[in-house]
Amino acid sequence: MPTFVYMTRCDGCGQCVDICPSDIMHIDKTLRRAYNIEPNMCWECYSCVKACPHHAIDVRGYADFAPLGHSVRVHRDEEKGTIAWRIKFRNGKKDMELLAPITTKPWGTGYPDLAQAPTPSKEMRNSELLFNEPKYVRMDDGDLHTLESNGLEIKEGVYY
Amino acid sequence: MAYKTIIEDDIDILVAGAGLGGTGAAFEARYWGKDKKIVIAEKANIDRSGAVAQGLYAINCYMGTRFGENNPEDHVRYARIDLMGMVREDLAFDMARHVDSTVHNFEDWGLPIMRNTKTGAYLREGRWQIMIHGESYKPIVAEAAKKSADKVFNRVCLTHLLMDDAKENRVAGAVGFNVRTGNYHVFKAKTVICGAGGASNIFKPRSVGEGAGRVWYAPWSSGSAYGLMIEAGAKMTQMENRIVLARFKDGYGPVGAYFLHLKTYTQNAYGEEYESKWFPALQEMVGKEYLDPEASHTTHRPIPTCLRNHAIINEVNAGRGPIHMVTMEAFQDPHLEEIGWHNFLGMTVGQAVLWAATDVDPKYENPELTTSEPYVMGSHATGCGAWCSGPEDVSPPEYYWGYNRMTTIEGLFGAGDAVGGTPHAFSSGSFTEGRLAAKAACKYIDDGKAEGIRVSNEQIERRRKEIYKPLETYTVNRNEIVAGSVNPNYINPRQGLDRLQKLMDEYCGGFGVNYMTNDKLLHIGLKKMKALEEDLDKVAASDIHELLRAWELKHRFLTSESVFQHTLFRKETRWPGYYYRGDAMKLDDENWHVLTVSRRDPKTGEYTMEKAPLYHLVGDIEDKDLAKLKAEGHH
Repeated sequence: MPTFVYMTRCDGCGQCVDICPSDIMHIDKTLRRAYNIEPNMCWECYSCVKACPHHAIDVRGYADFAPLGHSVRVHRDEEKGTIAWRIKFRNGKKDMELLAPITTKPWGTGYPDLAQAPTPSKEMRNSELLFNEPKYVRMDDGDLHTLESNGLEIKEGVYY
Repeated sequence: MAYKTIIEDDIDILVAGAGLGGTGAAFEARYWGKDKKIVIAEKANIDRSGAVAQGLYAINCYMGTRFGENNPEDHVRYARIDLMGMVREDLAFDMARHVDSTVHNFEDWGLPIMRNTKTGAYLREGRWQIMIHGESYKPIVAEAAKKSADKVFNRVCLTHLLMDDAKENRVAGAVGFNVRTGNYHVFKAKTVICGAGGASNIFKPRSVGEGAGRVWYAPWSSGSAYGLMIEAGAKMTQMENRIVLARFKDGYGPVGAYFLHLKTYTQNAYGEEYESKWFPALQEMVGKEYLDPEASHTTHRPIPTCLRNHAIINEVNAGRGPIHMVTMEAFQDPHLEEIGWHNFLGMTVGQAVLWAATDVDPKYENPELTTSEPYVMGSHATGCGAWCSGPEDVSPPEYYWGYNRMTTIEGLFGAGDAVGGTPHAFSSGSFTEGRLAAKAACKYIDDGKAEGIRVSNEQIERRRKEIYKPLETYTVNRNEIVAGSVNPNYINPRQGLDRLQKLMDEYCGGFGVNYMTNDKLLHIGLKKMKALEEDLDKVAASDIHELLRAWELKHRFLTSESVFQHTLFRKETRWPGYYYRGDAMKLDDENWHVLTVSRRDPKTGEYTMEKAPLYHLVGDIEDKDLAKLKAEGHH
């Protein structure tokens, strides 16, 4: 469902250009507003739709299989940590509003500072452990699984 | 051309492509390499790049050992059965024993993971899947990578790896160009962790015209993981193991939550169960070891994904299509109905758009399913990718050469789609592989393996010339014609992509031929690929955006050629429902219970193929229900 941009809402800020994973939202040089330069490389991922501060970007289903007259709109709010959707059917019989959380923490918090984390010992470097392990594997005192601990062998041949 | 050359020097770890694999690598590298220089190069913006750009509604790989659910070896057995035996079990075990720690980190960072209100455990969708509100999965994970990296180069499309001019077969960085400024970027690095993506859009998609972007895997997944590594001469494995997905028609919306959580099921156009009637003949093809409906019925043992596809394909060919997903029962429950819609909005909005456009309300109508065009990737129910070393404490000698997740090129590591033989890693497993690769890369550097790397100016200049050649081809030849896209001296990237897709579809087993090929078709296809390769030397780009498409196409080409070679080599039909070798319609364990390994000589472009031994984890890992069945005299 390729995206398109409403002429009167776009101010050419370029947020969509900055975020589009497919590099297809570009600024028209004459109109100084954004548009989808390559609809057949659009995944309808809605990244640009969500990023647009003016809700200037919308989606119209792919012409080769989606009839006109539908709408799926979205408002993503990082401060509230929510995403709100509204889906309207072509025949007008269904009009749904759906709300979901997008994070459980204030944006950008909750990350460890790995540069300041205690330097791993030589023993840990030579072990199979990763950061926060073994604790984070099971959130208890258990160790990492090995072939030995789990009673396994690795054998060549045909086994099912 | 006035494009600047921008050199980033003294990099310890270059992350090439930052989807889930690459972000995992960047994150973990900081812990093991406190003072190491970590740099990310990503062709899009890492906040919304890779396969998870749009979000996910589930994490498909979580053991749940802390809740007493599964052990790593259980997952290995599951992946083994699903992939008809063809798994690097050392890598799979290693991923599975670490993956829970990755998920627990994600929860710390704010990813909303649903909980089972009765047990307090994560809410299960299926045995391996947990449900999340994952609209912001990628930006949450990207934040961790950004905090670890010294520099993030967004919008830099890497085209080639740099190789050491002092020592054969050792990596020295990568080069590419900025898709905004056009500038030439040179990254000189001691190690490279390839986190680039698998390949969509190499087989002709079912959609036509505008809808060609509505592919199952992201259209920006251009096979760059393979293009970069194959071109440098890394060995690849299981590249024949393309995947076909049974999904909601046209929108390719996911079915996992529908099957597993909403308990919807499929039937043919006439409301009949259709799978079981195809199984006896299918069992003749693959053997009871791989298809045992009775055992699957009474235990956790899955019926392999490809074999379920086989039933759909045959039922449709028998004239009883389309296959429907029976949603009308589950959707009467308003809670389940809401989950069904959230599931799309969280990961495939396009399917919601399509149902809104076509007035398909799954509460009152059972939506159509279809089998997709094939995809080449290494983290879903398939395991294409580079031939990598496993971990020291698990891997047998043939699978181990010193550093976990290192390819056969020294200093070049892989994660996610880049690593071969590790299906069912999905998002969490790909991130985990990135972490494993990062730790190993730090060790590689600390062991002094990256000393004395030399990159000649000749190599840097040669690549620069090569990268911009499509722009030059355009400039030189454009004015020979009045206007339009038809030129006797070049093709544009879209024209090249169309030809590649048609070729792959018709000769390498796409949907257009019901996933069928044989040795004769493959040989003809390879001949046509040779001509396409020559024409790609004359691909023209009218601007920097088209230059991006030109290089994506070249990566897709290298991926496709590898798929051709591997498909030709494995003379059996290992995965009915993914593809069929018409000249060898049976699974053949006597000759092909092996992994396929290839290498493309970077100098000549010639392929050499070999068989690698298949090792299995053996021990007390049998499904207990299955063991009981066996004891009772079933298989």
